[in-house]
Amino acid sequence: MKKYLFKRIIMSAITLWAIITITFFLMHSIPGNPFRKEGKMPQVVYENLQKKYGLDKPLPEQYIIYLKNLLKGDFGDSMKSKVETVNDMIRRGFPVSAYLGLEALFIALIFGPALGALAALYQNKFPDYISMIIAIIGISVPSFIMGTILIQFVAKNVSWIPIGGWGEFKHTFLPAVALSLMPLAYMARLMRSSMLEILGQDYIKTAKSKGLSKSIVILKHAIRNAVLPIISVLGTLISNLLVGSFVIEKIFGIPGLGKFFVQSINNRDYTLIMGTTIFYAIILIVLLLLVDIAYIFIDPRIRLTKEGR
Amino acid sequence: MDNQINLSKDMFRPVPHEDRNPEKIRRPSIKYWSDVWRRLRQNKLSMVGLTIILLMILMSIIGPLINGYSYFEQDYSKINLHPNAIHWFGTDELGRDQFTRIWFGARYSLIIGILAATIDFIIGILYGGLSGIATRKVDNIMMRIAEVIYSIPYLLIVILLSVVFSSEGSGTSLFVLILAMTLTDWVPMAILVRGQVLQLKESEYSLAAESLGATKPWILRKHIIPNTLGPILVNITLTIPRAIFAEATLSFLGLGLQAPKSSLGSLANDGLAGLAVGNGYQIIIPAIFISLIMFGFNVLGDGLRDALDPRLRK
Amino acid sequence: MKRSFIVIMSLLLVIALLITGCVPKGGDEVKEPTDTPSTDSSATPPSESKKEAKILRTNNGSEPGSLDPALAQGTHESWVLDHTFEGLMKIDPDLKVVPGMAEEYMISDDSLTYTFTLRDDIKWSNGDSVTAHDFEFAWKRALDPELASDYAHQLYYIKGGEAYNTGEGTVDDVLVKALDDKTLEVTLEAPTAYFLELTAFYTLYPVNKKVVESDPDWAKNASTHVSNGPFTLTEWEHNATIKIRKNENYYDSASVKLDGVDFDIIDDENTTWQKYEGGDYDFLTPLPQAVVAQMKDNNNPELIIGAEVGTYYYNLNSKVKPFNNIKVRRGLSMTLDRQTIVDKIAQGGQIAAEGVVPFGLPDENGKEYRDAVGKLVEYNVEEGKKLFLEGLAEEGMKIEDFKNIVILYNTSEAHKKIAQAAQEMWRVNLGIEIQLENVDFQVKLDREKAGDYHISRAGWIGDYMDPITFIELWESNSSFNDAKYNSPEYDQLVKIAKTSPDPNERFDAMRKAEQIVMEDMPIVPVYFYTQPYAQKSYVTGVYKPLVNYPKLTYADINK
Repeated sequence: MKKYLFKRIIMSAITLWAIITITFFLMHSIPGNPFRKEGKMPQVVYENLQKKYGLDKPLPEQYIIYLKNLLKGDFGDSMKSKVETVNDMIRRGFPVSAYLGLEALFIALIFGPALGALAALYQNKFPDYISMIIAIIGISVPSFIMGTILIQFVAKNVSWIPIGGWGEFKHTFLPAVALSLMPLAYMARLMRSSMLEILGQDYIKTAKSKGLSKSIVILKHAIRNAVLPIISVLGTLISNLLVGSFVIEKIFGIPGLGKFFVQSINNRDYTLIMGTTIFYAIILIVLLLLVDIAYIFIDPRIRLTKEGR
Repeated sequence: MDNQINLSKDMFRPVPHEDRNPEKIRRPSIKYWSDVWRRLRQNKLSMVGLTIILLMILMSIIGPLINGYSYFEQDYSKINLHPNAIHWFGTDELGRDQFTRIWFGARYSLIIGILAATIDFIIGILYGGLSGIATRKVDNIMMRIAEVIYSIPYLLIVILLSVVFSSEGSGTSLFVLILAMTLTDWVPMAILVRGQVLQLKESEYSLAAESLGATKPWILRKHIIPNTLGPILVNITLTIPRAIFAEATLSFLGLGLQAPKSSLGSLANDGLAGLAVGNGYQIIIPAIFISLIMFGFNVLGDGLRDALDPRLRK
Repeated sequence: MKRSFIVIMSLLLVIALLITGCVPKGGDEVKEPTDTPSTDSSATPPSESKKEAKILRTNNGSEPGSLDPALAQGTHESWVLDHTFEGLMKIDPDLKVVPGMAEEYMISDDSLTYTFTLRDDIKWSNGDSVTAHDFEFAWKRALDPELASDYAHQLYYIKGGEAYNTGEGTVDDVLVKALDDKTLEVTLEAPTAYFLELTAFYTLYPVNKKVVESDPDWAKNASTHVSNGPFTLTEWEHNATIKIRKNENYYDSASVKLDGVDFDIIDDENTTWQKYEGGDYDFLTPLPQAVVAQMKDNNNPELIIGAEVGTYYYNLNSKVKPFNNIKVRRGLSMTLDRQTIVDKIAQGGQIAAEGVVPFGLPDENGKEYRDAVGKLVEYNVEEGKKLFLEGLAEEGMKIEDFKNIVILYNTSEAHKKIAQAAQEMWRVNLGIEIQLENVDFQVKLDREKAGDYHISRAGWIGDYMDPITFIELWESNSSFNDAKYNSPEYDQLVKIAKTSPDPNERFDAMRKAEQIVMEDMPIVPVYFYTQPYAQKSYVTGVYKPLVNYPKLTYADINK
């Protein structure tokens, strides 16, 4: 187990390096330059700026310099903001996005699998239709439409819900709901599907015929096994939620990391693009690692084989 | 104690020849897919979904031709008209007929969704399946590669591709959009398939097959893929909306199809501003059609899943 | 096994719950002790009692890259700077250029040397006196190539400024000098009629020499930020809110009725409009275009169409066939229905372009500049089509060749609508099928610089109240001459307009230059900008200098 973990971590580090390298060169190959200005900026000033941020050096050299700084944990200066470094921005933006994401995840985790399990247990009956309709609404409306509609019809009419902005818990409510709909629906449908499959399996029938009560069969056998596919997508889902939905953040005016990311690409703010990408990658990699470990714990068959090898 | 039974020869008689056919299949012989179709037909909700999808596809082909307007013709005397007898879905901010534009947009949304999902499906199932049945070392490497691909920001790839592939004048083309979407989006499918495969490959029947000398690809084809189809199909029915959504979100960021072409997503995005000034139809109508497409694919996917699953066979 | 699963799940939930307990703030808060409680919430309903502070609530579209005047890049910075700093001159509510930090000024007979005398009662927000040394320091600092200020060229009018900034001269050769604490002497390269007004521009605002020298990071936090204007920065929650409060040290603070201004930083126009409508803001700009159109139709008194000096136009790349042909360029211009674009599409009270110089700029007699030049563009489909086809034939091209011609614009809903309209007008009027392509702003700029485009959208907002701010754009070596226009005659006229001390000669040259450029049509002007804004009925005293965002300095809230 320890050996497996160790190997897995080494692998993750290599993965991260690959991501950094690919993103770095990809980013520099897209057209546009952070220092181009509309108007009368003289060429000399433009070149001064290029020099100041080291963009005049050959690309491989820039890459080495960047890696060196990165090893020190320094993401560098933003090329647009003269106020904050990239580290500052991530430190400030991430908690905001993470808070929102966890709130959304919380909502999704409570209602998603529950709806899915309910639907499976009452397949083709009323609860099935109701939960699937809820799930379908959740994934039927793109978040930019959902966000706008929520603001127009909920926030404007319910006095305690603010129209966008950030600061208190009440600010987080609508965006978290909007953000949770997609994962909620996703989980509900996955859960329904795998639950249906499990319910048809022999060991469930065996358990039933052994005379176990229905609730024990469902809780002890069905749900636990049905939840597996959900866990396998959880890593990606969480990392998406944590880094934030830029659409929701933009519409609700939330100062999170997602907003930075889109801005940084539009502005060609190279250091910020790299910073947010690497940060996102780290989160994703760590979560995928956790998911793998969780899999080992949950599914005895995988655990045995992995240890047995 | 005379409990001996007297058996005489005439108590037995030969089974008539016509009854001696133990191999005979008594149910009518039904091929796998026609059986799936038969069971799918029994699912009313799925049939509603299928009907919606077929109608949408039909309308996306003929819809733009019905009332004689084109998707790009502008009439500045008719801007922001609410739905009426002439313009059934109203007009947009440039006085273009929304009915024509909606169906034109539905065409692009459907093409994007279906193509992207198909490509995701093929790559995902191949990659995930191989990774799942491969040795642990290969599996590890394959998953790391998938992780790398998935971690590269999507937006960066879309922008890059739209620049690399756009020949002059075409801007972000359909091809680039689909390519950009599938370039990273197959990964969740692959991860899902791998998870399923890992779970199934140690199951008794594949173990049995392996001990009988079956090769790995054979097991993959004959056992694992059919058995993972359920969750995968659910995933596909989610991939189509996801691709349609992704395109809509790209429209929101200005990276969608090049104007004046439209998709349902870009139409909804164009209509966003209308909501605040009483032109809600400009966003509501495209939103309804997006939802209808989603609904259709979702319930169809559910029905298909049930129909495909041999364990649910009655 | 089940237990470990539950453990993982509940761990996640606990984390969620833990964090739910405290919403992370967008940044470090720095609050002045004098802050009133009413400023805490941006969502406070507008029913505050009169005793409480008069805080105007509004939105600043995006996070300032810096609140250091020398490093500011655009309106999202300058709107805050314009209220927290003040230059030698300022623009008063009557839109006149009047002394600000300066008490008076003297101009030498050759119009080259300006001597400013500062007011006696001017102080920085930290109590220091504002001195001429601060100005000298600030200007030389802005020119420092090490600082790499985007707007350093606004100081090139000072003798030695350009040389220093481009690395050819030294700081000592920059002829701006504090003769004593109260006297600043500036020598210019050439007579510059609009130099006084330029001193009201944000790059020329002073900075506190002592503060800047002792703390290079002074402009990054509200707690260390020092300014000399009517308001001072008290809170800057990055990417979320900026709060400025009345500066009691400001010499004219008696006339300032507001206690402060709260800026949100939200970039989505639809959301900010909803917040304005919902009563979260007292003032808002920019507004969604559909909203402006509707407010205008309803004669909504809350809508004010602020005047602006700016021109929206399309560059025609004269290095690319067929745009090297004057007839083709003129033909395109004549078949663009500007009035319809303004009335039906832009719908923000814009004015159909009549040339490259917008309305609102005074000529040598103090009258409207445009009156004497007149309308230099016309809409005439028949004539335009004829010219266009002639020109096309001269270049040996056919109408079908236009299938490969692309209008390049930077991604934005407003530009997209206008580009689609232009595309359609040219399709209907000329039979050509042009394509559209939208790219990120930075890419558009790069491609324009490289000449890698056919037709591109552009716009220019004047920096100061003199037509030369527009006329000089098409000088052959101007860095904004993306149409690659080259006319020696035009260059000569621009030179006269830039350096002549005689107003009559200058304006004659500019009028002549504009006629030439509209004859050659390297660009197709579309409309003159406006800046619509909304203010609640209880807000008074806001005024809009033509080249700035609306000024809130003397605003009042009458509730």
